[in-house]
Parts: sequence; structure tokens; C-alpha cells
Amino acid sequence: MDVQGYTFLIVGLSFALYIGIAIWARAGSTNEFYVAGGGVPPVANGMATAADWMSAASFISMAGIISFAGYDGGVYLMGWTGGYVLLALCLAPYLRKFGKFTVPDFIGDRYYSQLARIVAILCAIFICFTYIAGQMRGVGVVFSRFLEVDVETGVYIGMVIVFFYAVLGGMKGITYTQVAQYCVLVFAYLVPAIFISMMMTGHLFPQTGFGATLADGSNVYLMDKLDGLSTELGFSQYTEGSKSMIDVFAITAALMVGTAGLPHVIVRFFTVPKVKDTRISAAWTLVFIAIVYTTAPAVAAFARVNMIDTINGKDGSGTLYEEAPAWVKNWERTGLIQFTDKNGDGRMNYTAGKFSDPASTNEVEIDRDIMVLANPEIADLPAWVIALVAAGGIAAALSTTAGLLLVISTSVSHDLLKRTLKPDISDKQELLAARLAAMIAIAISAYFGINPPGFVASVVAFAFGLAASSFFPAIIMGIFSKTMNKEGAIAGMVSGITFTAAYIIYFKFVSPELNTPDNWLFGISPEGIGTIGMIVNFVVAALVLKVTKETPTEVQEMVESIRSPKGSGAAHAH
Amino acid sequence: MAFKNQDDAKAYWSENLSLVFKLLAIWFLVSFGCGILLVDVLNEIRFFGFKLGFWFSQQGSIYTFVVLIFVYASKMNALDKKYGVDD
Repeated sequence: MDVQGYTFLIVGLSFALYIGIAIWARAGSTNEFYVAGGGVPPVANGMATAADWMSAASFISMAGIISFAGYDGGVYLMGWTGGYVLLALCLAPYLRKFGKFTVPDFIGDRYYSQLARIVAILCAIFICFTYIAGQMRGVGVVFSRFLEVDVETGVYIGMVIVFFYAVLGGMKGITYTQVAQYCVLVFAYLVPAIFISMMMTGHLFPQTGFGATLADGSNVYLMDKLDGLSTELGFSQYTEGSKSMIDVFAITAALMVGTAGLPHVIVRFFTVPKVKDTRISAAWTLVFIAIVYTTAPAVAAFARVNMIDTINGKDGSGTLYEEAPAWVKNWERTGLIQFTDKNGDGRMNYTAGKFSDPASTNEVEIDRDIMVLANPEIADLPAWVIALVAAGGIAAALSTTAGLLLVISTSVSHDLLKRTLKPDISDKQELLAARLAAMIAIAISAYFGINPPGFVASVVAFAFGLAASSFFPAIIMGIFSKTMNKEGAIAGMVSGITFTAAYIIYFKFVSPELNTPDNWLFGISPEGIGTIGMIVNFVVAALVLKVTKETPTEVQEMVESIRSPKGSGAAHAH
Repeated sequence: MAFKNQDDAKAYWSENLSLVFKLLAIWFLVSFGCGILLVDVLNEIRFFGFKLGFWFSQQGSIYTFVVLIFVYASKMNALDKKYGVDD
């Protein structure tokens, strides 16, 4: 069987599995729809959260970004896993004890204000949409390459699948589907990585393999070879990177704090029975995430060496374009690899420098997003491995999309309708509204998948910056300060998110030509500005608190009670 | 209020906070410290085939994070028992 046949088979089987689980676990009540009835075991919940968390950006793009950025790519590794520590230590157990369904619920009750609730709902919907747009795009990219359909058709197929298990199954369906998706995803990520690690260094574990010597008899460390190649071709050293230290610091912090504030991840911790389970479930989640996240930099390094070796040839004189391996031709057809023979010698020559600049010696342009998908092809692995990676990429994108859709539909049906606009709505009507909202959300996100607003990576960074500057401070102050009042929290959220959004929009969309370190505030790029937005939020909230009324006693008592783990019970509506 | 008295609640909370602060200090040290601020110094040191700072940024910090959360979970469970607030 060829690659395409295997892709149909493996992707088809995995879909059958997801849909089967969704039908088996169909939700009967709003409680099940939102939080799976609070009865998911911690390890299963950990896997599901890991699948929820690891989006198309993690699976498809991250290793590719690291592959091209080297040390600088570490911001994603530290940022996304380190944020998890914040979430597990400072937020999750308390929010679980609080025992409501959603983040806007917490904000609304803690800050005893409908206005705060509405601000939180709007932030949540905004963050989820920015995030989801990238996911639908990811599904489209995978389908377009492996099923040889165009991106649009790919997005439509993805829409139908997401609709099935998110809308019919609700959270319970999603939780168990995501357990299955995690298994597919991690298997698909590890198999090619282990294969390549064995081939290049003889190490079974990619984590140690990329720090070992090459198996080609040269006795050179892989990392040294990579540094050497990078310098030779005019890049900065792989292990040094080129971003300034303050920018690396700010981006890491923004990603960490943003991660901790992502509503679709926080809601996960409402699905376990007790506060104790929340803690251990968070620990398992990070184990499952770490398996992929420690493999990613290894994949990145292997792919980089392999890619340079295949394109420039082992001796660096350039491979004849006529004799280029099939993966170059395959991806060239999708437009994600480009080649122009600038010096007319018929050989491919990849160096630093802009491909579009005719004076530069660089003749090959490679899209970062293809590295993970093309990696097994570059290393010449069997066809079924390549198909497996396609299934993994789709699993990653779909699981995250489903989680995000759930937050959007809950925000509309529960937070907006039930708690704000129409409190007398029945359980059944609420469920219907949730499903309608999910459907509308799918349609809108499919639109964004077909017409993406800019690069996927920058859109996702946007979502993290917004979460960092709005939710994180509001929730932290809500738990760790008894006195923070509604005026302070609302002012903080609004000023934080406005500042961050304005900075990003200015540099990304209004004047992208000014987007250089010289023009940045303190040398911090738009990706990292959420850190400053967070500080703005904290400072504004503290100042406003000083000049406004004190928090009512009953709210102070509520804060007291969420600090005690006893008596959390199942997550309940009211 | 599940605590026996107000003093217990205060003591529980301050022990909780001090645990979280200690763990977050390590969290900061391995990521922002070893992975970013001290990276150039640590890169002078070899750790197998890696430069040590680079290794912390792409591997070491993640392993430490996993350990931190497990330590947190087990210490908090012990703390809950001590104050009789475990479920």
C-alpha cells in the first residue's frame, strides 16, 4: 500500500474510534454536557487534558519552529509546560473547590458583579476564537497534503467530525474521545522520533539521542555538528539563538501565564471528583505533556540535520534538483517548499538569507509548519509511519478544537443566557442553546480556517497574550487576596487586555513594517507583551482598590472556603 | 468552614503558601534562571553532548516541572490530613 492508502486507513480507523466513543458516551443532562458529571478518574482526565492542551500548534508547528530557531524555540517548551506548574499550584485546586462550571462563573461570583461576569465571558470567547482559528487551519493543512484535497475541503471534513462529538457528546464524550486522541497523538509523535533517533545516534530515547554522538562513525556530537552547519550556512549557532535575553524572558513569561489563564484548560479540572484528584490529575497531565515536549526538541534537531544534509548534500556542495528526493517534490506541489536555481548550477543550496532576495545565496524556502509532517519522509521511514503522523496531527487539532468549542458554547448558554439574560431557562433549553452555540461557533471557526487572519503562530501568540493580561491576574487576586474588589478586578482586566491587544494589533496589523526590536517597548516583541499587560492589570487593580469600597463580608467568606479543600462535592450549577 | 477553628485555618493557609512559594522558587530557578538568565554561563559547561544552559531550556526545566507538581500533590495531601480537611 502507498502513503495515501495508509493515510485513509489509519485516519479512517481513528475517526471511527472517536465517533464510536462519542455515541457511547452521549450526554443526557447539562451536568454531563459541561463537566462529565464530575466523575472522570484522574489519570484519564490527565490524558484528556493533555490532548486538549496539545494543539495543532504543539504537534505540527512546535518542533518545526524549534528546528529553525534553535535555542530561541525553547520559549515554547518552557512557556507551555511552566505555565502548567502555575496552573496546578495556584489555580486548579481552588477553582475546583469553588465548584462552578466556568471561569466567568468564578469571576462573576468572586467579584459579585454581572459586569465582571460579562467582561470575563467576552474575554473567554475572544481568546477561544483566536485560538480555534489556528486549529481549523491545522486540520486543513494535514488533509490537503495527505488526502490530496484542497485546504477548504479539508476544513469542511474536520468541521463535520468536530460537530459530531463536541455537539452530541458534550464534555463526557469529549473526555473519553480525548483519551483516545492522546494515545493516537503520542504514538504518532514517538514512533518516527524513535526510528530516527535509532538511525542517527543508536539511542532508543530521542531525549538522550540528540545529545549523543552520531552513528555514522565520525564520533561527532549531533549538537556540535548542528552548530557547525548553522555557522557554516550563515545562521547563528543552533544552541545560542538570536533573540535578546529580555525578549526570551518576556515571551516565556507571557506563554506561561497565558497558559495558566486559558479557559478551555482550566475547565478541565472541574471534571474530577475531589480537590485531591485535581492536584494529582494536573500532575499526570504534565507527565503526558512532557513525553511529547521533551521529544519535540530532539525531533527538531534531527530534522534540521537531515534536512540540511539532504538539500545541501553530505559534502555541502548541493544536491542536484533533478535527483531531489520525493518529499521535496511532494511538498513543492503544496507550495510549502520553494526552489529557485539562482546561480543556474542545477543544484539546491540552502543558506541563511531571504529566499525572496535575488542577491542572497539561499535558493530554498521551507515552511516551518511542514517539518514534523515531512520528517518521516525526509528520514525515509515506511509509508505507515507517515500516515500515522497525519492521524496524530489531526487528533491534536480536533481535540483542542472540541475543548475550545465547548467553552464557547458554555459561555453562551450557561454564562450569558442562564446566569445573565434569562435565568428561568429550563435545563433542556439550556442544553439546546449550548448545542446551537457550538454549531455557530464551528461555522465561524471554519470560516477562519479557510481565511486565516495572518500566520497561525502569531494568532496563537495573540490568544496567550490576551489570556495572560486578563484572566490570570483576576483569578490569582480572587484566590490569594480577600480584599480585591469588583472595581479593581474589572479595571485591571479591561486595562490589561486593552493594552495587550492594542500593542499586538499595532505591530501585527496596523504597522507591521515597524515590527523591529528598535521600536518595541523595552525591546519586548508582540509575542511577549502579555507579560507587561499582566503587570498593567495587577497595578491598575491595586490602585483602583485603594480608592473604592471594600469587598463584602460574604465574598471574603467565600474566598476563605475555597482555600479549604474539604467538601468540594461534585461540580454543581448553583 | 471545615477547620476546627480559625487558628487552624490560618495555619493551614500559611503552610500551604510557604510550600507553594518554595516550589515556585525552584520553578523560577530552573526555567528563568538556568534556562534564560544564566544560560551563557551554564553553556560553558558540557552535559553529555549538550551545553548545560541549552539543556535546561529544552529538557531539564520540563523534567523539574513534572517533579514539582508531584511533590506538590503529595505534600498537600499530607497537609490536608494533618489538619483533618482531607475528603
